[in-house]
Amino acid sequence: MMNPTPRLSRRDALLLFAATAAGLPVAARAAALGELPGDSIYQYRPLLTDQDGHGFDIASLRGGPVLVSMFYSSCEMVCPMIFETLHLTLKALPAADRERVRVLMVSFDPARDSVAVLKAKAEAHHCDARWTLARTDDASARKLAALLGVQYRRLASGEFNHSSTIELLDADGRIAARTGTLAAVDPALLKRLRAAVAAHA
Amino acid sequence: MNIARAVGIGLLAMCGLASGADYVSLPGGRFVSVLPQGSVPTATVPVEIAPFALRATPVTAGEYLAFVRAHPEWQRTRVPAVFADKRYLIDWRSATELADDGAAMRPQTSVSWFAAKAFCDSEGARLPSWLEWEYAAAADETRRDARADPAWRRRILAWYERPTAAVLPNVGGPPNAYDVRDLHGLVWEWVDDFNALFIAGDSRTQGDPDTLKFCGAGAINVIDRDSYAVLMRIALLSSLGAADTTSSLGFRCARPLDGAPP
Repeated sequence: MMNPTPRLSRRDALLLFAATAAGLPVAARAAALGELPGDSIYQYRPLLTDQDGHGFDIASLRGGPVLVSMFYSSCEMVCPMIFETLHLTLKALPAADRERVRVLMVSFDPARDSVAVLKAKAEAHHCDARWTLARTDDASARKLAALLGVQYRRLASGEFNHSSTIELLDADGRIAARTGTLAAVDPALLKRLRAAVAAHA
Repeated sequence: MNIARAVGIGLLAMCGLASGADYVSLPGGRFVSVLPQGSVPTATVPVEIAPFALRATPVTAGEYLAFVRAHPEWQRTRVPAVFADKRYLIDWRSATELADDGAAMRPQTSVSWFAAKAFCDSEGARLPSWLEWEYAAAADETRRDARADPAWRRRILAWYERPTAAVLPNVGGPPNAYDVRDLHGLVWEWVDDFNALFIAGDSRTQGDPDTLKFCGAGAINVIDRDSYAVLMRIALLSSLGAADTTSSLGFRCARPLDGAPP
């Protein structure tokens, strides 16, 4: 709304490359990327913890395409299918392009999804270094879900009703595509993902 | 004065608030929501509502103006689009001026869920949950739960059938049995868990070939289909995104009673 929607300029891209290559911290890289667009979900910086117990800044994902979804570990039916769908989608890319895509899955069940549970889940689903499984507090999960358009509701049993979608974020954290297709590759999502990878190759 | 009213008044100690906003105490207790709360989607399971305090009226434009002056990042010229759409505070004359001189006591509408949350945060409060709002709104002037009374149902339904006035009236309608005002008849209101209120079989899921869109024990089936007025609230809230604003959607804040963090 107030920020012009920036395409990464050649200068920014070079600065970003230089900053990344020099191993500068996230803040320096963010500066190289320029002002964050107003419609970027990275405007929100929840306190996330990853599957290794490290603090994770969601805005550190800026600079490349990200597939993001929300889930809870004790979900037996749909959530494993989200992992499967993400794997299938990544496999549909050429190997070199695959390396440019990051995956972020955030739990909306912080009471049960400890770091150890997330770690076990990541291993069970063969999630490599491109994947981040993260937890946060209830209020932050609710806010992140609101930004992503994810709906969920805790039942008295401790289970959840929830929408199951995968969002594609562009390099600046804007939602570029969304799919509700599970256990198969959504061609529309894949097309947008390819475009997002190509834009930042 | 009936007994419920007398007990209500006994419990209605004002909260000591730094902001001076007018909150009233609600005792909570067992409550049957129109939305099923059990693991079986069609089973009515009473829930326990913890005691809490609720703003007696929706947040006014005057109060919201003070908020954006203290927190300029929430002025309409500064807020990122991801937190509030283009119609945020659209009726204001400028980023720091209300629509007109008579606006201060009107409910502030055209605010997003994120903005409403930020306002409540700023006074050490939060948005009420749906259950808290529904529980407070079940009362009429004398009864804590008037929902079974067809006359009361017709009365609140009559408001929903009226088009929204071009200029909203001031806050401060008649108090209900808890001394909360304007829950019906003035504006729609955000709740904290608005994105938990999805309903199975609504128009957005019907005909959707993706039957796995919602996971779990089936999405909500609404039990009490006679509660049309409340159902309209749920339908509206469940259709919204967190950055959306509308000219008839405002909010009020809630707090825990014991001074614990919200």
